[in-house]
Amino acid sequence: MKRIVYREWHIPPARYWGILGILVSVMALGGLAALYLEHEGHWVTGMNNFVVWGVPHVFAVFLIVAASGAINVASIATVFGKGAYLPLGRLSGLLAVTLLIGGLLILVLDLGRPDRLLVALTHYNLRSIFAWNIYFYTGFVALVIAYLWSMADRMGARFKHTLGVLAFGWRLALTTATGSIFGFLVARQAFDTAFLAPMFVIMSLAYGLAIFILVLMFTFHQEERVLGDQLLRRLKNLLGVFVAAVLYFTLVYYLTKAYGAKNYDLVGWLLFGGGGYSILLWIGWILIGTLVPLAMFWHPRTRRDRRFIAVACALVILGGLAALYVILIGSQVYPLQIFPGQTILDSGFADGIKVADSTYHPSLPELLLGLGGVAVALFLTAVGVRVLQFLPDSLADAELPADTEEPSAGKVSYVDDLATG
Amino acid sequence: MMKHPDETIDQGRRDWFGLAAAATAAVAAPGVILHLASANTAPEAQPASSAVRWGLLIDTNKCTSGCRDCVDACDRENGLDLQTKPPTEAPTAWADQKAVWVRKVKLADGLTGRVTNLPLMCQHCEHPPCVDVCPTGASFKRADGIVMVDRHICIGCRYCMMACPYQARSFIHQPMHDQLTRVPRGKGCVESCNLCVSRRDHGLPSTACADACTAAGKGAIVFGDLKDPASPISLALKAMPSRQLREDLALNTGVRYKGV
Repeated sequence: MKRIVYREWHIPPARYWGILGILVSVMALGGLAALYLEHEGHWVTGMNNFVVWGVPHVFAVFLIVAASGAINVASIATVFGKGAYLPLGRLSGLLAVTLLIGGLLILVLDLGRPDRLLVALTHYNLRSIFAWNIYFYTGFVALVIAYLWSMADRMGARFKHTLGVLAFGWRLALTTATGSIFGFLVARQAFDTAFLAPMFVIMSLAYGLAIFILVLMFTFHQEERVLGDQLLRRLKNLLGVFVAAVLYFTLVYYLTKAYGAKNYDLVGWLLFGGGGYSILLWIGWILIGTLVPLAMFWHPRTRRDRRFIAVACALVILGGLAALYVILIGSQVYPLQIFPGQTILDSGFADGIKVADSTYHPSLPELLLGLGGVAVALFLTAVGVRVLQFLPDSLADAELPADTEEPSAGKVSYVDDLATG
Repeated sequence: MMKHPDETIDQGRRDWFGLAAAATAAVAAPGVILHLASANTAPEAQPASSAVRWGLLIDTNKCTSGCRDCVDACDRENGLDLQTKPPTEAPTAWADQKAVWVRKVKLADGLTGRVTNLPLMCQHCEHPPCVDVCPTGASFKRADGIVMVDRHICIGCRYCMMACPYQARSFIHQPMHDQLTRVPRGKGCVESCNLCVSRRDHGLPSTACADACTAAGKGAIVFGDLKDPASPISLALKAMPSRQLREDLALNTGVRYKGV
């Protein structure tokens, strides 16, 4: 087996600075949006006392969920002994950290009082899954950085398997907890189900891997490094399985919701009567984000074409944003059932009497804040791969390590010794 | 053993410290004594007691369509009428963004068409979901059952608003200019009905909404101590059937409704 060599990303400076320039511009716009929100208050957003979490949360939750999915590529090598994924571990760890930081930045900057971040870090209500998540997120960043060190440094190599297993367990807990933020909301019909926790885990696998494949293809293509057809096919097939699994979870989520008479109206509204939300669900989430990419991944005429694979990954990401928009915002827009069996004729607070579709209109600052978080994640990734050895020199199929038959600690550390670049 | 020259006692220095300590005590003592004396008697210095549980009983049969005296009284009592719409904001958007503690709701039964009017506010649950989910503990329940927000540690995440089954909480979306001392209010924090907590802490009876309802001759809102079997609210609850909103959630609300 050949030794894996990692190398910094040396694309021509003009192109590199061009990429950074674009990302910094988007970050600056996001920063300005955050300042504007902080200065003016949230009245400049589309959020209100009914829809309290808007577009920034869609981006933030997407990035956080994708971060926990991105680390899976490393886990597949370390925990499950698939040698071909071994050279991808470092980029996987880097993306996991940068995506999480991007997502958390959005969350923090959307707070009513972002200046009180220190309060959030010093006052804990341990009955709150939100408070738990603060530990899960910070712990995840620390753990993945240690994991990266074990991948990159000979000294750390003997801890790699342990750290890899820990990171894998931690990411499952993290995404479960993120899904539980919504699952624990007993008051709201569309949430209030433990099913959201595993659903978020399965979504994380799909969205994290889609981002990973796109970043891998882009960085390798820009520098003309070799990315083997077999490896890309494996990644693509795996993503296809994850996307199909998300579809399965989506079906089960709506079917189980539709089973109880009390939810007939909710499911009917979300699927058919929800105007923009229903359109987004069917066109964005199911068609563009699921069925079209699945067709591209496996149709004989497109499955080997890298352009189609890249487009399909992008569609999975867009579909993921659409899915979270429907799950997060659609579920808030649907009125609370405080008075079952009663029709609300009039209310000083518009409970359930408004055309639900019109209670939330996202504003530009919200969108810029969300995009700013994405730009932060990509910026940190671009800087990371440029200054440190995250990317393998070659991912030619012939040069990939073989799978270890048993993912035992001993065997993996043997492979790691050879692999340390 | 001989003393080192440096260790000889400087009596003048000791005297000076003694004098300084006496002077400090003389200046501080009256304040401390006054503080202690007032602390022992003033109601606002007493901690909230779990011997009481404040609550409301709303008789919807007495609540009428179009009357919003309770809402207006709450707005005045809690400075909600001091909120100003940002000049460039559309009135419809403002209606969804301004803070509202009590709202009037008019319902029609789906089967019989019977119309019911009622005020809806924070239900002061015994097991409040908003308290469970708050990451910092800013959303809390007092010993006397009042559920409210500590504005010093609210970070404005709005998770409590997601969790409240009654949509009873408001977020301050706009910068605040005028406000009442007893109800401080700042942009970026969450708030809701606190059963006129300032009145509770000053030992005053009733709430602004109950007073206004009584003054209007309706008497649809009764405020009182749910733990005192002789209080008017307990007697009324014992005498008539009432229910909790969303009782399926088993939150044991402090606000009860008759006729819903």
